[in-house]
Formats: sequence, structure tokens, C-alpha cells
Amino acid sequence: MLVHDEDQRLLADAAKGFIQEKAPVAALRKLRDEKVADGFDRDLWRQMAEMGWTGILVPEEAGGLGFGFVGAGIICEEMGRTLTASPFLSTAMMAATAVSRAGSPAQKERWLPAIAAGETIIATAIDEGRKHAPEKTALKAEVSGNGFRLSGAKTYVADGQVADAFLVAARTAGSAGETKGISLFLVDSKLAGVSSERVVTLDSRGAAHVSFDNVQITGADVLGEIDDGLGLLEIVLGAGRAGLAAELSGNAQESFGRTVDYLKERKQFGRTIGAFQALQHRAAHLFSEIEIAKSAVLGALQALDADPAGAALAVSLAKSKAASVARLAAQEAIQMHGGIGMTDAIDIGLFAKRMQVASELYGDADFHADRVALARGF
Amino acid sequence: MEALDQFRRDTRAWLEANCPAEMRVPVRGDDDICWGGRNWVFKSEAQRVWLERMAARGWTVPAWPREYGGGGLSHEEVTILKQEMAAIKARSPLESFGIWMLGPALLAFGSHEQKLEYLPPIARGEIRWCQGYSEPNAGSDLASLQTRADDGGDHFVVTGSKIWTSYADKADMIFCLVRTDFSAAKHLGISFILFDMTWPGVSTKPIMLISGKSPFCETFFDGVKVPKANLVGTLNRGWDIAKYLLTHEREMIGGGGGGLLGGRSPGQLAAQEIGVGDDGRLADPFLRVDMARAEVDALAFALTMTRYKDEAASGGRGVGDKSSVLKYYGTELNKRRYELMMRAAGTQGLEWEGARTNDGELPRGWLRTKANSIEGGTSEVMLDIVAKRLLQLPSA
Repeated sequence: MLVHDEDQRLLADAAKGFIQEKAPVAALRKLRDEKVADGFDRDLWRQMAEMGWTGILVPEEAGGLGFGFVGAGIICEEMGRTLTASPFLSTAMMAATAVSRAGSPAQKERWLPAIAAGETIIATAIDEGRKHAPEKTALKAEVSGNGFRLSGAKTYVADGQVADAFLVAARTAGSAGETKGISLFLVDSKLAGVSSERVVTLDSRGAAHVSFDNVQITGADVLGEIDDGLGLLEIVLGAGRAGLAAELSGNAQESFGRTVDYLKERKQFGRTIGAFQALQHRAAHLFSEIEIAKSAVLGALQALDADPAGAALAVSLAKSKAASVARLAAQEAIQMHGGIGMTDAIDIGLFAKRMQVASELYGDADFHADRVALARGF
Repeated sequence: MEALDQFRRDTRAWLEANCPAEMRVPVRGDDDICWGGRNWVFKSEAQRVWLERMAARGWTVPAWPREYGGGGLSHEEVTILKQEMAAIKARSPLESFGIWMLGPALLAFGSHEQKLEYLPPIARGEIRWCQGYSEPNAGSDLASLQTRADDGGDHFVVTGSKIWTSYADKADMIFCLVRTDFSAAKHLGISFILFDMTWPGVSTKPIMLISGKSPFCETFFDGVKVPKANLVGTLNRGWDIAKYLLTHEREMIGGGGGGLLGGRSPGQLAAQEIGVGDDGRLADPFLRVDMARAEVDALAFALTMTRYKDEAASGGRGVGDKSSVLKYYGTELNKRRYELMMRAAGTQGLEWEGARTNDGELPRGWLRTKANSIEGGTSEVMLDIVAKRLLQLPSA
């Protein structure tokens, strides 16, 4: 059934209540205006951990909720409505998926309870250029002693400015562009040779460019299979992409809702502007697009719960659709608000800024439409 | 769950034993569809047998109550039946406006006697119906219709004309909106009546379309005498039925009824016809980009239909005004689909007659889709409904 079940509905109500109260858009403004270097509020993150959200994808035996991707997506969607800054996507979704699926017993013991408790932040470090392209990984991991030596750099690592560890895609064989020869490593951010340069980002959250200069790691830091990490990375990215799609859906719904409210309020030429058919039809079209995107997002989250390795098409469908719909929502929100939509005083611009970041991360609408077409045979 | 599993096993076994092999081949064109009716000539013995067997179980209308010719199945059982039919590629035994539109309206608004009289023959495919809604000067402003039904004592006298009456020339009966009160507000003087297309005063004339053929007719009523027992629901409140029925129709048109959005996507067809490069991508980059976007939208739209139906089923209600979203989006998508297929076909899409192109099936289909955003309420009317009813935006 392509609807939420009873438990998921209860979670949605709880998430909405908590996020609206603790992390409204004003909280993001505060982070930005006070130039909080972390790019998120650690006290809020602690409270999210107390709610169990940091462990939503961590299995119950490791101290998590084991609630599933639909639940994680519900939280992302609600955070998308208020532009909540947190390491939820990187840590509670992507890292938890990576370690719980492919971690050794020792890795699971070390990382999963810490993720569930909200005590550790793990950022995924993949891309090395401007556009998302996992198979173009060039960062080298050479065998050294009983482990590996990493050298290379990663661009725009989300939450990289606060990460305790990085999930790093590196090349153990082959060359950039080949799907074989990529391996994944869990690398402590305090190791010698790891350095990050904080990036002040469009969405006021923060990311980092991270360099690995002959960083020595051990064989115990390998996550999954050597040379064959792309499959696992795909699943981890699937979690991140679906989470971003859910967030984009929430972003679009909220900026659209605010726009419709404005159309009912604002008067020009002696009439409420929402009575103008030119605006009504554009609003109705956008509503339809948002409805279509919501279905794609729920489809992807359910597909991940059913079979994470087989969900690639559903996930790309959701990310492509949600990214293009959220872009349309942002454009229409600014245009329909008129001049005031361009001011920093109201929140509409903040939704557009986060939309741009969430759309770009882990593949934009074009990247994912291309994957959908390939999966469909053309 | 055990009862549903048993139902699935029984259904599978019954279909396996009773669905003729010829009825497990995909429909190739309109000619393969069974519409039924008094004058229906079955295309094959298999088509006749398949309809008879399905109707005997009430499975032409599986969700309707048994006493009215239906199967009395639950929502879950209907879903299982559809899945099992799809699994063996079984054709629909019967397509009919009686099933899609009149039946649901009678179930909701008809008297017990009317249900007993009309529903079982619909379920068995014995009466073919047409819909008398649109009028030449009403168009999208449907409620301004002028066909009149004057009081003749124990009967109405119907005078006026309808347009875009699908298959009026092949239908046995019509469900028709008529004005019974000219002094009331335009929505409040309309009634919903049923009568026979063979009765004196009824005539039809086909309308030729840009596609070179058409199911549409003009329909004329010149003093047709209709017994008052043929009024459905309350006098002058036919608009309630019309609205209810339009919701069904929009859901159906937007939701892929009548073959819309059926079959393979333009990208998949183009991959087969034009071919793909070593990288698996269609060689024409401009075409591929547009097709990829359409593919995303079509897949996400299909999920939306599923979501709406699941929401409706779990909430115990219909899709309601959201059917306007499906109608708007689905029909615009179908037009895009045909535009893309015409681009992929190149000059082959320009052939109008001849066996090679099945008499220009593609360009005729392309032209036919242009009506998708007009019939059953234009896209603009759908957007008005979304804006006013779902978004609650103010009226001018």
C-alpha cells in the first residue's frame, strides 16, 4: 500500500510537532546570523537522539529503533519544511546504512551504538569534482604495511566540517571512470594527514573540502569488499538520495503552502491576487507536480525498505522528480511573492537556497533522469 | 490473510481453466475490444465465451453487489483478481460506459427497482450506453445546458441536442442531463434521465475529426417521450449525479482508461526502433533528454494513481476532487507521449494509409490525443477546480 501505516503516521505527527517547536526556520537564521561554525545546533541533535531518531536505521540489537527508510524519510520531509540543519542525513541515514549492512562485528560494535546515541558524526566523502560522479573516484588507497595509505582530496563533503569520521570512497585498483576498483573506508577525522577546509555554504549549514595526505589506516578500517565497493556505495547513496528527495518534497510543500497563503492575502488592483486566473493555474499546476513528487518519494522509501540493493530506479525517480519540482516551487514562490520574495526578511529565499544544495548533492535532476532512462532501456 | 490466499489460488485456477488462449493476447486496436450491446457482433467465439463466463461470476463488475449482477468482492479481492488477470495477460472481457459511469451513478443515486432493472444487463454486456452531457453551446460550461424535458403528465417530452456523444450511433440507451426547470439557478434545474436510443424522435450523426475517424456523434432529440420512472434521483438535482459521475470519468481518463499511457514508453519504443549506442543511450541526445523527463513523470504519475487509490481504499472514500489532478496531469502526459513518439517515428509517422503503418495508426493516435485535454473537462477547467476546491483560492 502506497500510504503510511499506523506507526508511520504516529511518527509523522511526533516529528512534525517536535521539529516545528524546536527547529523552526528561525533556528536556521540564528545559526547563520551568529555564524555558528558547526553549522547545526548540538543541543538539538542531542534531543533528536533522545527521541531515537539518530538510531532510526540502526538495528534494535545495536541500540537503535530499526524503524526503516519510510520513517527516516518522514523525518527528512518534516526537516525540509523548516530547513532544519542537522547531520541526520549523513549520519543517521547514510553511515548507519553503511555500517549496519557491511560492517564487521568490530565496526558495528564501535560505530552503531555511537550513531544511535548521537555521539558520533560520520560524513560521506565521495565526489572529487563539481558534479556527482562516484565512478570517477581517483583518491588513491595504496597497500601500505598491514593497511592502506590514502592520498587525494574530496570536494564539498556535507557535514565534513564537524565529522568525527569519514566514509571515504577510494581507488584500490583501476582508474577514474571504471566501476571496478573502488573500496570504502571508515577514516577517523583526527588521523595525521587528514585536513579539512570549511566551506561557507549557500544554505548556511556548512560542508568541507577534505584532503588526505598520506593518511595511514589499517585493514580494519575497510568497509565491505576491497575493489568492489561501488555496490555498497550505491546503497549508501540510495539512502542519502531518498532522504534528500523526501527533504526536497517537504521543502516544496512548505514554500508552496506559504505562497498559497500569500495569494489569499495580498491585494493588488483592488483584488486578492489569488483570484487571478493566471496565478491560480500556475499554483494548481505546481500543486499537481508536488502531488506527483510525493508519490515518487514514498515509492522510493518503500522500495528501500523492501530491498535496498534493488531500489536504484525508484530512488533515482524520486530524486529527479523531487529536485525538479522543488526547483519549480522555489521559482514560483519568489515570483508570486513579488519584490518581497527577494528580501532576506521573509523565509522564501532560504527555501530556494537549501533547494539548490539538496538538489545538487548526490546527483541532480539530470543525473537521475539519465539513470532512470538507462534503467528503462534507453 | 489465509482467506485471501485461498481466494488467490481459486481465482488463478479458475482463470487458467476458463480464459480462452485468444483472450490472452494483448489488444492490438479498438477492433479487439468487446463493447457488448443488443446489436453486438462478437469478433470471435472466444470473445463471446470469455464475456459469458466472466459475467456469470459477476467478474465483469467484481465490486458490485451480487444482487445487481456483480461479484460482491472486497477491495482486496478485486485487487487480487486484477493481478491474476494481468499475470496471464487476460483481456478485459467487457468495456462499457455502463460499467465506468452509469453503474456507479445508479449504485449511488438509483432506486432499488432501477438498480435491478439496469445493472444486471450492464454487467452481462447486454445494453450499450452512451452519455448525453455536452451541448453545442455549453462546452466546458456544462451546467448551462439547454436540452429541455417538459412535463407531459406521466412522462417528459425531451427536445434539444447533444454533441461529442461517444458511440451514440452504436448505443442502445443514453443517460442524459436535461433541464427541467428554466427558472432556477443553472445548477439547480437539471435532471438525470435514461431513455432508449431507438425511441421516436432520437437521431444521431457522426462527427468526422482531424484524425480521420471518430467515435463521436451529434445527437438530436425531437419530442422524445420518456416515462417519469426513468428519472434517476431527485427532480432538478441531477447536477449532483453529474458531478459524482464526472469524478469517475476524470479518474478514468486521467488514470489510463481506454489505453492512455498503456504499453511501452516512447523511450523504450525509440530504443527498439532507432537503437542505442555502446553506452546504452539513445543516439539522439535532444530526443533522449525529453524522453527521459517524460519517463520520470510517467512513472511518478503511475505511482500517484496507486497512492490515491490506496489512500481512498484505506480511508473508505473516493478519490474526490483529486481526480482533477489525475485528469489534468495524465492527459497532458499522454499528449507529450505522442509528441515524442511522432518525433521518434520521423517520416514513418507521416504515412496516413497503408498496411506498413496500420493505416497511419500513430499519426491518427497523435491527433486523437489532442482531445485529451478538452474532453471530460478541459485542462483549464481542471486547474480551476484544483485552485478553488483543493487550494481554496478566492473566486474573482
